[in-house]
Amino acid sequence: MSAGTPPLPIPPKPQVKALNCPQCGAAIVLRSMGHAETVVCESCHSILDAKDPNLQILQKFQVVTGEVPPLIPLGTRGKLRGTDYEVIGFQRRSITVEGIRYDWHEYVLFNPYKPTHYLTEYNGHWNDISVCKELPVVQFASVNYLGEVYKHFQTSDANTNYVLGEFPWQVRVGEHATVTDYVKPPRVLSSEKSVNEVTWSLGEYMYGADIWKSFNLPGHPPEAVGVYENQPSPVNENVKGIWSAFLAFALLLLVLMAGFDFAAHKRIVFDSSYRLNSGEPRGEASFVTDPFTLEDRTSNVEVKTSASVNNSWIYLNYALINQDTGQAWDFGREVSYYHGYDSDGSWTEGSRTDNVVIPSVPSGHYYLRIEPEVDPKHPPIAYSVQVKCDVPVFGFFGIAFLALLLPAIAITWRSINFERMRWAESDHPPIRIGNSED
Amino acid sequence: MTQPVSNCPNCGAKIVFKWSGSVQTVCPYCKSILVRTDVDLKKVGQVADLPPDSSPIQLNTEGIYRNKAFVVIGRILYEYDQGGWNEWHITMNDGASAWLSDAQNEYAISFASNTTALPAATHIQVGQQFSWNNQRYTLTVITPAHYRGVEGELPFQYWDKTDVTFADLRSETGKFATLDYSDDQPALYLGEFVEFDDLKLRNLRAFEGW
Repeated sequence: MSAGTPPLPIPPKPQVKALNCPQCGAAIVLRSMGHAETVVCESCHSILDAKDPNLQILQKFQVVTGEVPPLIPLGTRGKLRGTDYEVIGFQRRSITVEGIRYDWHEYVLFNPYKPTHYLTEYNGHWNDISVCKELPVVQFASVNYLGEVYKHFQTSDANTNYVLGEFPWQVRVGEHATVTDYVKPPRVLSSEKSVNEVTWSLGEYMYGADIWKSFNLPGHPPEAVGVYENQPSPVNENVKGIWSAFLAFALLLLVLMAGFDFAAHKRIVFDSSYRLNSGEPRGEASFVTDPFTLEDRTSNVEVKTSASVNNSWIYLNYALINQDTGQAWDFGREVSYYHGYDSDGSWTEGSRTDNVVIPSVPSGHYYLRIEPEVDPKHPPIAYSVQVKCDVPVFGFFGIAFLALLLPAIAITWRSINFERMRWAESDHPPIRIGNSED
Repeated sequence: MTQPVSNCPNCGAKIVFKWSGSVQTVCPYCKSILVRTDVDLKKVGQVADLPPDSSPIQLNTEGIYRNKAFVVIGRILYEYDQGGWNEWHITMNDGASAWLSDAQNEYAISFASNTTALPAATHIQVGQQFSWNNQRYTLTVITPAHYRGVEGELPFQYWDKTDVTFADLRSETGKFATLDYSDDQPALYLGEFVEFDDLKLRNLRAFEGW
């Protein structure tokens, strides 16, 4: 190059002065900077002049930088997504929505070889931000970026209120830009627009604990308050998937039920009818039935009682007794049926039949002992007793069905609630509670 | 490397300030409290510092782009009112001349285009769309800048310009274009953003501590 080529700039070496005691020359220990009116030398106890220019620099600096100390101190190094970064800059920015100012913080993450990243923090919610190389395509109220659709969340005017350290460009207090956020949790796509520039950046939600770990910070990160625009739902994001799984399991249950029903013998081993005339029984009324046989394997036994009750009841004390071993299963069943008519119309209560299932009855010879109890002033009652073995029981299926359904409903509800909280902070708040599922 | 380094005025030991704007540190050897006197306190909290020229690329850095080897032979450092960026002049092994730009370690490679009928500097604005070589570009930034410094070999010698206008454009596919208004006739450079790792760069500048 010819003479007069502009030289490449060389960074200046910092000018440094030591702060020593003017009396004894010992190094000064400073405490409660910015508040202390005077500083005392710990060696000779002489009082330093607060007008000392070096001390003034420190105090002034302390006053300014003490305003909002960055949660991650400048100069801190850490590793984020496999890349080493040093925190070199910090700024506080704010937006004003409906008269309320919202502040957030941004940190510049520097690596001499890799593109600069930024961390943002608002109320304990963090985002790892990088600048987009590809331009997102703005559609109506959404943008398409690399094949994914981001929904418009908020457009606001952001101001820089405070800046510390280094930025890739010279950020100045008072700068403002129109910031528009589009979300697809856990990501957020933001455009920052000023007169001569539009910058798109992509943010990925991060938890404070992960930042603390990445940068090896002492203590605990501030607790996240509320729901942030691109915070991933703690509820399983895929509510549709849960319902698909629920349907699949419900179908499986139905198939299983059909299978059990098909496999069950449902064999009637005993069936007999009895009649109680009015005024009967008198005194001890128990009787035993003819014996019947339960074959094959241990299975359940269903006892079905039918009675011609009409605004009356009958109570039957049963004992299922094994003729061979004497083992007995005692149980009582009531059959009652009432009906009538009142101001609300006709009503009924109870049923003329009753079923009970006794589980795990071994095979063998059995008989029933039956003791009926009735209202002494009852009309004649006919009743029949039927015993079936190996009947399918579907109660467990009902429990299983509920066990599947309830979590699905709970998760859906929580998810809807979470999304409602998210969008309540946006330019598109949900209209009212319980309105839509979106 | 963004941390200012100096020597302790008491014992001469190397001292490092925690970050560019910090004014105080303690000498690790003699424990003196050291105060920087060259920091403009009026700017603290008000204006960010710029990192010192920090491009990892330097003259003779070699790399590979689209299966062609290239070598860095020249450099222009541009400056605008709030920062700067580097345009590294590279030659490909087929003799082609291209530019590797480095703005905050965001890299793009572009080639001069012979497209004519380019918009005048006074007729451009952010958001405008242009179509060159069947590729649509959107204008994203207009920067008035000037040459801050040059190094090595350049395909032209107009380094003494006052402020000239640059307009950067991007596409939805990661393509990149620059309209350069340094000359009477605007010039167009077309290219794309590239990943640092994909360039397989060698002979990079070393940074202490990284």
